[in-house]
Amino acid sequence: MAVEVRIPTILRSFTGGEKAVSAEGASLQAVITSLDASYPGIGDRLLDDSGLRRFINVYLNDEDVRFLDGLSTPVGDNDSITILPAVAGG
Amino acid sequence: MRFDSLLDSVGHTPLVGLPRLSPSPDVRLWAKLEDRNPTGSIKDRAALAMIAQAEADGLIKPGDTLLEPTSGNTGISLAMVAKQRGYKLICVMPENTSSERTQLLLMWGAEIIYSPAAGGSNEAVRVAKGLAAEHPDWVMLYQYGNPANAQAHYDSTGPELLADLPTITHFVAGLGTTGTLMGVGRYFREHKPDVEIIAAEPRYGELVYGLRNIDEGFIPELYDADLLTSRFSVGPRDAVKRMRELLEVEGIFAGVSTGAILQAAIGTANKCVKAGVPADIAFIVCDGGWKYLSTGAYEGTLDDAEDALDGQLWA
Repeated sequence: MAVEVRIPTILRSFTGGEKAVSAEGASLQAVITSLDASYPGIGDRLLDDSGLRRFINVYLNDEDVRFLDGLSTPVGDNDSITILPAVAGG
Repeated sequence: MRFDSLLDSVGHTPLVGLPRLSPSPDVRLWAKLEDRNPTGSIKDRAALAMIAQAEADGLIKPGDTLLEPTSGNTGISLAMVAKQRGYKLICVMPENTSSERTQLLLMWGAEIIYSPAAGGSNEAVRVAKGLAAEHPDWVMLYQYGNPANAQAHYDSTGPELLADLPTITHFVAGLGTTGTLMGVGRYFREHKPDVEIIAAEPRYGELVYGLRNIDEGFIPELYDADLLTSRFSVGPRDAVKRMRELLEVEGIFAGVSTGAILQAAIGTANKCVKAGVPADIAFIVCDGGWKYLSTGAYEGTLDDAEDALDGQLWA
């Protein structure tokens, strides 16, 4: 199962500058594992021992995965994943 | 409706039904018109509350200088209140905001210090914190961490919504300082806990996320994820599309961030229709479109608008 993962500017040093890359996996955890296999080191920038890093937001089809099932969130074909750093609004 | 002064008129905004955008008679959308506040945005509530609370706490007195990082609306609201109450206001604002915001801030007597476009509001917060450290006599009310911001919505926005729409099932608002969602969310948790609280977060162009490293990310001190049911990220294309639809179909002239909120509200409404459950979904119209006319959001195709908004702080 292939999904598109959109990479924020700050992590594109891992993807050779690519804005969007393809990854495999039936859950977010599996997708990140697949990403890290293709782009070694990126997984460590997304996750720490407690799960998703505090200032990393991940959206499955525009919905924040923290309000879905977190790293266990199921991912299907044609889904799109967006990774963004947390920034201020207001 | 009569009030003793302009400041007394903050809040009490209309809640209007959207008969044409609502997907069915059982799943209804309601718009809370916060553009009807004195400076034309929801931020009047938080600005008035933060200044009133600081006065009550003895932190400020007329003649003092206030400092605030803001992408615009909070600054404009604070400038209006500050002028009424006799304070000087210095706003730290990212340079990639609409020219109308600058004009309005200056009209209400604020001084503006620009922060770099790259990094968006994160940079404004950083610059303001630096200035606050250099000028101990300036008072930073700090909307991102000031409990009076959320309290304003607990005290007014939440009760107004429940009074006008006792059958409310969902509340949708923008996520910036998080003040609206935290205050209204806490109010409903205590008064009607089954109401779902849904956040719509603007997804800006890449320039705004131009951090040097991930540890420079920012989460407002007010934010409590437990108060939210779900959170959506909405890009400029969907936001502009919905903003235009709101004008076209229901006649409401709103700003771009309202389009992002409407996108989440309509997504929620469609889920309710699919699930066959009735719903009364209230969402926030943060401000009118006036301040964004120069951005290009209202002209040309969606592609044109998307290009025009790239790199701007449109919410």
